[in-house]
Amino acid sequence: MKPFEYTRAGAAAGAVALFRPGDMYLGGGTNLVDLMRLGVAEPERLVDVSRLPLDRVEADGDGLRVGAAVRNSDLGAHPLVLARYPMLARAVLSGASGQIRNMATVGGNLLQRTRCPYFQDVSKPCNKRLRGSGCPAIPGDHAHLAVLGHSPACVATHPSDMAVALAALDARVHVTGPAGSREVPMPGLHRLPGDEPDRDTVLEPGELITAVALPPPPPGRATYRKVRERASFAFALVSVAAALDVGADGTVAGVRLALGGVAHAPWRATRAEAALLGAPAGEEAFARAAEAELEQAVPLPRNAYKVPLARNLIVQTLRELTP
Amino acid sequence: MEITLRVNGDERTLPVDPRTSLLDLLRERLGLTGSKKGCDHGQCGACTVLLEGRRVNACLLLAVACDGLAVTTVEGLAGDGALHPLQEAFIAHDAFQCGYCTPGQLCSAAGMLAERGPSAVTEDLAAEPGLTAGEIRERMSGNLCRCGAYQGIVAAIAEVAR
Ligand SMILES: Cc1cc2nc3c(=O)[nH]c(=O)nc-3n(C[C@H](O)[C@H](O)[C@H](O)COP(=O)(O)OP(=O)(O)OC[C@H]3O[C@@H](n4cnc5c(N)ncnc54)[C@H](O)[C@@H]3O)c2cc1C
Ligand code: SF4
Ligand code: FES
Ligand code: FES
Repeated sequence: MKPFEYTRAGAAAGAVALFRPGDMYLGGGTNLVDLMRLGVAEPERLVDVSRLPLDRVEADGDGLRVGAAVRNSDLGAHPLVLARYPMLARAVLSGASGQIRNMATVGGNLLQRTRCPYFQDVSKPCNKRLRGSGCPAIPGDHAHLAVLGHSPACVATHPSDMAVALAALDARVHVTGPAGSREVPMPGLHRLPGDEPDRDTVLEPGELITAVALPPPPPGRATYRKVRERASFAFALVSVAAALDVGADGTVAGVRLALGGVAHAPWRATRAEAALLGAPAGEEAFARAAEAELEQAVPLPRNAYKVPLARNLIVQTLRELTP
Repeated sequence: MEITLRVNGDERTLPVDPRTSLLDLLRERLGLTGSKKGCDHGQCGACTVLLEGRRVNACLLLAVACDGLAVTTVEGLAGDGALHPLQEAFIAHDAFQCGYCTPGQLCSAAGMLAERGPSAVTEDLAAEPGLTAGEIRERMSGNLCRCGAYQGIVAAIAEVAR
């Protein structure tokens, strides 16, 4: 590991004031320390923000405000999250392991980097590590990578489960930085790769995530389902965050749908949502909606399985949520 | 940088390079070799210790980031010459073969038993789930055992959970 300095910030404003070019913020370190050990991240200094007083989950009217330093385990066990946002609770609980959830922060979870094997191997070229060096995943091992929204420069996926639920819930990410404070809507924090795959998100250097604000939960029932290669402790091949509200007449009165494991960003399935609104809640409408979304998919030879997997998972999840 | 840790109840102040993981500090500087290095990437759980009573992977923690905090390793689980109930149960249920994963399993189980709330396999998020074998397996999924002693591990934890 390349030598670096370490400093701990006492307040959010202090962390931003401390930040210099070449620094990185440190949350729980579960992704960053790993990437530093692999030589993928080489910060000159770490500004530790894991002990900032941003560690509270608070009701905000019928919504919720979650501090960026809240640990994933505390988020997934919080009574307000369990009661109001079962989709978010299930997404968080399905991620990583009990140990990692105890360490991982909300801010760090959002900004964790792709698990693309070439990105993590500094002996290989990779456009995300070094723009213009090439993408060996496209001719090589892309079995776990994107089928939607990718570019000839990069087919990586964003690995976070939590972010998929936040994208379905219209969360807003509160950020403060050298140029002031702003709110970034979810989805919208994470970018599609285009020809700048080295940029995962719209954040500028030195911008600190301070909180995630959730509007009141969507009506109806909600859940998160994740398909992976083993029963637990693995990243999603495909996941679905869904909320469904069926009216008294049996038609869809409200729906939220987001997909994980399929793109460089949590994928809000807006086409499927549009196809479902007002349709009679049932197998036929669910299948049509899934098709409408996945029509846009451009699978690669070794990840084509993700398209029917996503389709079936959408249909199954909506069926489960139908009263 | 100089840091202070409370390790198994004893205060230790020592200078560390910021690159040192908590795991390397425990094993190489403090001679506490109970915590094991399996993967050094957070994937196996062999390095699990309790930080402020919560289970964590010591391989992914920078020692400098633990300044001022309390760490319990497997060496600190037993008290006053008596084994921890989990240690007794692991022996009674043959919950290990080579033993390499065992310190991590023990610390992880101790941390897990103190946790509240549902897991990914809990059906009703509102109910306080009982620790069925399925719940134990899910909650312990961060600890791998190459010897496949899971049957005994789950039985031992279930006994202590009762
Ligand atoms: C073995 C293993 C399995 C895993 N499985 C899953 C899984 O199934 N699902 C899943 O979703 N995740 C999984 N993860 C990933 C894990 O959830 C993330 O590593 C974790 O959420 C990152 O949070 P952290 O606080 O540790 O971030 P760090 O590692 O500290 O930081 C990550 C990034 O965020 C930046 N950062 C941190 N906090 C802030 C802030 N407040 N503002 C601005 N920037 C910030 C850092 O500079 C860094 O770039 C797994 C990880 C491991 C090691
Ligand atoms: S898919 Fe993206 S992250 Fe993976 S090798 Fe290609 S450019 Fe790098
Ligand atoms: S050595 Fe820490 S998880 Fe494997
Ligand atoms: S007992 Fe050998 S690895 Fe678990």
